[in-house]
Amino acid sequence: MSVSESDIARVAELARIRLDPTEVPELTNRMNNILGMIDQMQSADTGDIQPMANPLDAVQRLRPDAVTEPDQRDAFQALAPASQDGLYLVPKVIE
Amino acid sequence: MHELSLKQLSDGLASGDFSSVELTDHFLGRIERLDPSLNSFISVTPDQARTQAKAADERRSAGDAGPLTGIPIAHKDLFCTDGVRTSCASKMLDNFVPPYDATVVAKMKDAGCVMLGKTNMDEFAMGSSNETSWYGPVKNPWDHERVPGGSSGGAVACVAARLAPGATATDTGGSIRQPAALCGVTGLKPTYGRVSRYGMIAFASSLDQGGPVAGSAQDCAMLLNAMAGFDSRDSTSLDSAVPDYTASLGDSIEGLRIGLPREYFDEALDPVMAETMRAALAELEKLGATLIDVSLPNTHLAVPAYYVIAPAEASANLARFDGARYGHRCKDPANLEDMYMRSRAEGFGNEVKRRIMVGTYALSAGYYDAYYRKAQRVRRVIANDFANVLSTVDVIAGPASPSPAFKLGEKSSDPVTMYLEDIYTIAANLAGLPAMSAPAGMVNNLPVGIQLIGNHLQEARLLNVAHRFQQATDWHQRRPAGIE
Repeated sequence: MSVSESDIARVAELARIRLDPTEVPELTNRMNNILGMIDQMQSADTGDIQPMANPLDAVQRLRPDAVTEPDQRDAFQALAPASQDGLYLVPKVIE
Repeated sequence: MHELSLKQLSDGLASGDFSSVELTDHFLGRIERLDPSLNSFISVTPDQARTQAKAADERRSAGDAGPLTGIPIAHKDLFCTDGVRTSCASKMLDNFVPPYDATVVAKMKDAGCVMLGKTNMDEFAMGSSNETSWYGPVKNPWDHERVPGGSSGGAVACVAARLAPGATATDTGGSIRQPAALCGVTGLKPTYGRVSRYGMIAFASSLDQGGPVAGSAQDCAMLLNAMAGFDSRDSTSLDSAVPDYTASLGDSIEGLRIGLPREYFDEALDPVMAETMRAALAELEKLGATLIDVSLPNTHLAVPAYYVIAPAEASANLARFDGARYGHRCKDPANLEDMYMRSRAEGFGNEVKRRIMVGTYALSAGYYDAYYRKAQRVRRVIANDFANVLSTVDVIAGPASPSPAFKLGEKSSDPVTMYLEDIYTIAANLAGLPAMSAPAGMVNNLPVGIQLIGNHLQEARLLNVAHRFQQATDWHQRRPAGIE
């Protein structure tokens, strides 16, 4: 499968990455090279093979439903670009 | 002191030949003198190192020292370190100072290791040459015009140049083994889940695995003893007892069955590389091993499947970098959407953006079955091939890389060419198998590595085979010219 420049623009939108329009042709080209390499796997006969998500086929381990972590909000918010009163500040969302 | 192995340094500390403070100052001095030309460190932490060294010496005086107490090491800059910048070699995290330690870092601290600093790498561990680092490429100590391999380029280069006796690193598709091979050091990627991923900045969570890099299999065994173990904070951590990896190093390998996959020795392998591998395998034969022709028929599908699964997981993992809570935020965002899109555009490098986009595409509506599901099915086919072969042989051997170190810039213009650098290493990650690289010879005056792959949790067996090989050969003791 190959992708067009408009596909790339759409994927960038989904990935929340702003693209400069001048980057798009070269990026499209490279993505198509990568997808071309990936498409080699389409020839494999995987009939009734089950998909493998974990190499040891492990399942999610559950723990007792108990509080185990201390409150470290101040330590984590100290890293934030902007915070106030225990809240993360972002540009205004609701006009 | 830097000429001594980690084991010898451990013995020297135990017998009082030198203190950890002396040892640490010696390595800090070497880093200051020699690293400007290599760029193997992103951050050097002399103050913390001296404090930790002093504490290690005090611990020893109090009779509470273990084999690693007072040994200086370096951490790859994707292990979170409390109070020390952890950048993942990305502009995105240039200002990120974690308020906690990764489990690996905490375990090495508990063992008494001294942290010299944080090593350079490909951005978010995405690369095979260390050229995608925001902090500039690492130079191969054997030839400064060549790459050290990647993504753990800094970890292997600092060990090869004897700026540290050992280092932590991670391997998602070959990021420990390929650079270890290209810089002439020994590196081990353990079984998936053997070493905790907690606090290890995630790239592809079903493939990522931490492991040691050092000058020999014996030194790697000592480091793995401290790194490995169950961690309730990692949901995929293996709850399985950790053996003493040094205990079986000297065991005989008489009768060991070594499988040689014909797909690893086909016409794609450079004839000089093939010849070097055959010479290394002949050494193992002399030690009593039997070489057996085997086949991993779907080897050619490993790189394509990996480049769906790893980018898909990366696109999900890296969604957290949104400019809201930590990391880079663009200036004066017009609105929330603009903040996300520009912060990510400015914070990520080109290779990281490409992989996020490949992953986003593979997971998007209409393509999920054709790409992601298909790749997961291929993954099982590859894992089944290994299971079949490992039911007839004890270990699998082959090259760790298709060629010795290539020149800076030689492959960076074409992502697919760079991806093929990992053709021999990626399959072990897909199957979750332990695998290691050990120096096995020289090609054009550059080191190359032999890769050993074992069954799940067979790290001790791999280290045993590599140790016996290193007792019979001196490839791991060769030093780059110009490194005094």
